[in-house]
Amino acid sequence: MKRLVPWLAFIAFASVPLWLHDPYLLNAFITTGIFIIAAMSLNLLLGYTGQLSLGHVAFFGIGAYTSALVSLGFNVELFAGIRVVHDPWPVWSGFLIGILVSALCGYVVGKLSFRVRGAYFVIVTISFAEVVRLVALNWVELTQGPLALTSIPPMTLGFPGIGYLDFYSKQSNYYLVFGVLVLSYIVISRLVHSHVGRAMIALKENESLAVSVGIDVTRYLVLAAMFSAAIAGAAGSLYAHYLEIIDPDVFSFLYTITMVIMVITGGKGTLAGPIVGGLIFGFVPVVARSFAAPEVQWMLYGLLMILIVFVLPQGIVPAIEKWFGVSERNPQADIGTRPAKIQDTP
Amino acid sequence: MTGLDQSHVPEPVLSVEHIAVHFGGLVAISDLNFVVNRGEVVSLIGPNGAGKTTAFNVITGFLRPTKGEVRYRGASLNNLKPHQVTSLGLARTFQRTSVFQSVSVFENVMIGLHRRNQSNLIDALLALPRQRKSEQELHDLAAELLDIVGIARRAREVAGALSYGDQRLLGVALALASDPSMLLLDEPVSGMNATETARFLDLLNRLHDRGMSILLVEHDMPMVMGVSDRIVVLNYGRIIADGPPASIQGNPEVIRAYLGQGANRHARN
Repeated sequence: MKRLVPWLAFIAFASVPLWLHDPYLLNAFITTGIFIIAAMSLNLLLGYTGQLSLGHVAFFGIGAYTSALVSLGFNVELFAGIRVVHDPWPVWSGFLIGILVSALCGYVVGKLSFRVRGAYFVIVTISFAEVVRLVALNWVELTQGPLALTSIPPMTLGFPGIGYLDFYSKQSNYYLVFGVLVLSYIVISRLVHSHVGRAMIALKENESLAVSVGIDVTRYLVLAAMFSAAIAGAAGSLYAHYLEIIDPDVFSFLYTITMVIMVITGGKGTLAGPIVGGLIFGFVPVVARSFAAPEVQWMLYGLLMILIVFVLPQGIVPAIEKWFGVSERNPQADIGTRPAKIQDTP
Repeated sequence: MTGLDQSHVPEPVLSVEHIAVHFGGLVAISDLNFVVNRGEVVSLIGPNGAGKTTAFNVITGFLRPTKGEVRYRGASLNNLKPHQVTSLGLARTFQRTSVFQSVSVFENVMIGLHRRNQSNLIDALLALPRQRKSEQELHDLAAELLDIVGIARRAREVAGALSYGDQRLLGVALALASDPSMLLLDEPVSGMNATETARFLDLLNRLHDRGMSILLVEHDMPMVMGVSDRIVVLNYGRIIADGPPASIQGNPEVIRAYLGQGANRHARN
C-alpha cells in the first residue's frame, strides 16, 4: 500500500491536463509545481541536515537570472573597459547552466558556512540572498535592474535532425514542470536513502556522534547545499522561462518564507512533505480568491499555517504516517528475524 | 608495565605521551603519559574532575592538547579531525547516552556503518547494481552488529524510546560499526542497573576475547577491578598510579585520592 502512493500520485497528476482545461487553474498548478520543486530542494537542507537556509530564494533567483541571460544574451562592460559579449544560446543550455551556476553558489555558501550552524547559518544565507538581490537590482547593464528582464524565450528542447519541442502552451509547461519535479524527487529520494542521506541525518541528529563514527560532516553539508541549490536553480529557471519576465523581486524574502511554510507544514525530513505542503499553500490563494478579498486571503493563509503547526507540529505527512503506522525510514520487516551470522565465540 | 595477558608480548597500540591540556589558566591535565597494549583492557579512573573525559577528548581529536602527543599504531593523532581519528580504527562512545534519537535503532547502525560503505555518489544517484549490493551488505552488517550487542529484537524501534541500558548498547554498536581495532568507552555503565551492567560486562568480555584493545573510563569500581588488565589512576590532571588491579587496590596514594585527603590539601593551597 505504502509503495503504491507515489505511483497513484504520479498517475493522478500526470492526467491533470487531460481533464483540466481552465487556463487559470493550470497556471496555478504550474506555479505551484515550480514552488514545490524549490520547497523540495529546501527540504533537503532543512529537513535532512537540519540547517535552515533563509536565503534559499537566492539559488532560485540565480537559476532564473542565469538561465534567462544565457538564452537572451548580454553585452556588459566589466572593469578596465573589458567587454563581455554573449550571444543568445538555446534555452535548454540556459536551463543546464542555471543549474550549474546555482550549484556552484551552493558550494560556495556551504564552504563559507562550514563552521557555522543554527542561527549563524541562517544569517549567512539571508545575507547571501540580500547581496545577490542588490546585485540584480543595481547591475543594470546586465540585469536591467528594476526594469526587469523581458521577452525571455520559453523553454525549447532541440534535437538536431529530429526537430524542436517548444513549451508555449500551458499544457506543455505543465508537463515540463511535472517532469522536472519527478526527476528532482527521484534524485532527492535516492540521495536520502543512500549513505549520503544517512550522513546528513546524522549531522542533524547529533553532530559529535556523527563525527565520531567517521563521517566528514563538512563534506556532506557542502554536498547537501550543492544539490539543494542546484534543484532550486532548476526551479528558478523554469520560473523565468514560464513567466517570460523576471525582476529583482524574484529574490524577495517572501518566496523563501513560502518555501519554508510548505516544508514545515508538509513535514520536514519527509519526501512527500514539501509536495503536500506545497499543494496546500499553492492552492489556498486560488481557493480563497473565489470568496474573499485580497487582504482576507492572506489572513486565511496565515491562519491555516498557524492551525497546521499547532495541531500537527511535525507536519502533515509524519502525522499521516503515524496514523497508518508506517514510516519512510523504517527498516525492512525481515531484520529482526534474521538469524545471527556470527557466533560470539572466539 | 605488565600486561596480565601472558600469551602476548606487550605491544603498545595507543601511546599518550606527556599530554597537557590547559583551558585558559585552568590546568585540566598537567602531564599524562601512558600506553595501551594490543588486546589489553585499560581503565582510566580517578575522582570527578580528574581529567578523564578531557583525556578522552584529546585522544579522539575533539580537543587539541596544549602539549604532548598521542600516537596510535605509530601514527600521530595530533592534527587529525575526529572523523580522521575514527578512520584509523579508534572508536569512542560518549559519557551521556549518545545515539541518533529520532531514527530507528537499525537506521542508527546503518549511519554508524558509514565508513564501511562501498558505493559512491554516482552509484546512489543512478541506482546502479553496486549501490544495491553495497546497501545489502550494510544491512547484513547492521543486523550482525545488533546481534553482537544483543539488541536485535529492538531493531525497528526509535532509538530515543529505548531503555537507558539499551541506548548504551546501541552506542557501543555505533562505535563498533566503524570497524575499530580499539574502543574508548566513557563511563559505559553509569546509570545502568545490575542486570544491564552484567549484560554490558558480558559484551565487554566477548570483545576482549576477540582481541579488541579497550580503554575504559569508569566509576564503578567492582566492574573496573573485574574487567581491567591494567588501571591508570588520574588525580588533578596527573597520573598517580599505573598497574594491575591488585596493585592499585592497595596503593596508599589512590586510597588517599578517593578518600578526599588530597582534596583537602589542594583546597588549602
